[in-house]
Amino acid sequence: MVLFGIGFTTLLLQKNMIKKVIGINIMDTAIYLFLAAKGYIEGGIAPIVVDGITTMEHYINPIPSGLVLTGIVVSVSVSAFSLALIQRLYKEYGTLDFDEVVYQLRNKEGD
Amino acid sequence: MAGANRLLEAIINFAEGEDIDRTLIDSGTPDHELIDQSFINYNETSVGERLHHMIDTHGERIFNGFYKAASVIICLALSAVLLMTVATLPPYASPNNPAVNEVAERYLEQGMAETGAVNLVTGMILDYRAFDTFGEAAVLFIAFCSVTLLLHGSSSVRANPTVATRQKSVVLRCVATVIIPLIMMFGIYVILNGHLSPGGGFSGGAIIGSALILYSSAFGYDRIHAFLPFRTATAISCTALLVYAASKGYSFFTGANHLHSFITVGNIGSIFSAGFIPLLNICVGSTVTITMYGFFSLFKKGDL
Repeated sequence: MVLFGIGFTTLLLQKNMIKKVIGINIMDTAIYLFLAAKGYIEGGIAPIVVDGITTMEHYINPIPSGLVLTGIVVSVSVSAFSLALIQRLYKEYGTLDFDEVVYQLRNKEGD
Repeated sequence: MAGANRLLEAIINFAEGEDIDRTLIDSGTPDHELIDQSFINYNETSVGERLHHMIDTHGERIFNGFYKAASVIICLALSAVLLMTVATLPPYASPNNPAVNEVAERYLEQGMAETGAVNLVTGMILDYRAFDTFGEAAVLFIAFCSVTLLLHGSSSVRANPTVATRQKSVVLRCVATVIIPLIMMFGIYVILNGHLSPGGGFSGGAIIGSALILYSSAFGYDRIHAFLPFRTATAISCTALLVYAASKGYSFFTGANHLHSFITVGNIGSIFSAGFIPLLNICVGSTVTITMYGFFSLFKKGDL
């Protein structure tokens, strides 16, 4: 959760757009850690059947692991897409600074 | 006189920390307006006008400082609120949590018998919840499509052919010759054994994707373009997704009713068991592979 706050602040404070994408990634990783940790049951092992034991008390909860898997895929896709957008923005405006882009846009509209 | 006024204003702005070029360039205001801004008579202006003048000249810096302080405060407040929320959740790792209910019980106790998968997480995401994994693969595919749309036309390879055929370093080529078959074998092992041990389509696909990236880095763009051009890559990706849709897409029409599959569960513990799961693992693995390699190639060269 602390990681989530740090990631969110990175998103707000950094002006460089690539560092904002890093902030999004930090937030996502924090959520995965949290979700995966919530699945733990005391004394359980990973949910791969060993020696034919299929009682519930032997294993941890498998459901949060599946949710984290989906989350990782979504995080990768969002990072890739935003980085592609940033590359196009850089080619168009020549700067990675978000404020600069807004400044140029505002001047272009004024002309 | 005009030049001196402009220079004076530029010096004042520079002392306040703004960019010198911007003030020199965009001070396209006529000279008499410059005089009014630079020399304010404090006896004749009201508080409102003075405040307005202060905001005009210092406004951006005040806002920046305020923004930074406010965001740090918001971060600390957000962390505190989230930590307080986490503290009120049920105790960590206790078996009486409400999240450990009949659903998890059913997956754990009858998962192996019903799905045939020894790895219960894979059995869950590829049999009980196969439709969600279809959505995941679709998300990856859509991300690959959008990055292609954004970056494909801007090919730096065609514009600069010497870059593509430049000799790569000898160390990289020797190491890659030895390692790439091992990586690919390991990746195929991870994909096929998704239901028997930790692994599955996503991780195995990432491994084979990294093998392709290494191949592309070590041997140049021409060699990999010979067997994996853009058309082949998109054909593999689309076919894999369509096969997945054909085998598990019926949920869209039948609701929650589970159609009995004609592929039997088979011998639990062997590779060709567990119904549809090896096939779905292969489909997901190929989609992830093409996506990973496609991201690398599009970002580096602008072409696939």
